[in-house]
Amino acid sequence: MSLVPAVPLWLALMVALLLVLGAGLALIGAIGLLRLPSFYERVHAPTLATTLGIGSILIASMLYFSVMESRAVLHEVLIAAVVVTTMPVTLMLLTRAALHRDRREGDSGAPPLPPARGAGE
Amino acid sequence: MSAAILGAGLLLAQLLLAAAMGCAAWRLMRGPRAQDRVLALDTLYMLAAMLLLVFGIRSGSTHYFEAALVIALLGFVATAALAKFLMRGEVIE
Repeated sequence: MSLVPAVPLWLALMVALLLVLGAGLALIGAIGLLRLPSFYERVHAPTLATTLGIGSILIASMLYFSVMESRAVLHEVLIAAVVVTTMPVTLMLLTRAALHRDRREGDSGAPPLPPARGAGE
Repeated sequence: MSAAILGAGLLLAQLLLAAAMGCAAWRLMRGPRAQDRVLALDTLYMLAAMLLLVFGIRSGSTHYFEAALVIALLGFVATAALAKFLMRGEVIE
């Protein structure tokens, strides 16, 4: 491959392994998104796999650029921080919105309300 | 030898990510309700960021990293706004 310069063997093995692991986890998450039957099950599939998958791809990228440029290239940590902090928040918001819609429409697929509710409701 | 291993790993990762994007796009088109489509869109954002990182390793430049960071941030904003819309019926109250 002309684009890839001479890399040490251990680096090529580790980067290739981490990339394939991350992409495989992403594919598993996407298949879960496609195959699981209800929305409340489907929410779980992409989160886990995408967070783990992007984590291992970021580690591969950090490793590759740190060794190739002979200095610590750590700016990928920024993406990891952004993804890890925002992913749970967005999916929590989305699930609450879906629950609100399902309950308002009286959908039987929605989880039931908890038995004891606060007086402020 | 090592370049061949790295090239094969990069190619396989790109193919797996493309298949994952295909699955997410299918759910985006078919999803029975709006929240399924929003979830598929969020997954597509994350997969696009991952694909850009793999492109960055393949081309050996760190410029793709910035595009991936912008996509990750925009994915958060877009999904939060769409969830707010599904909840209230309007984005800004």
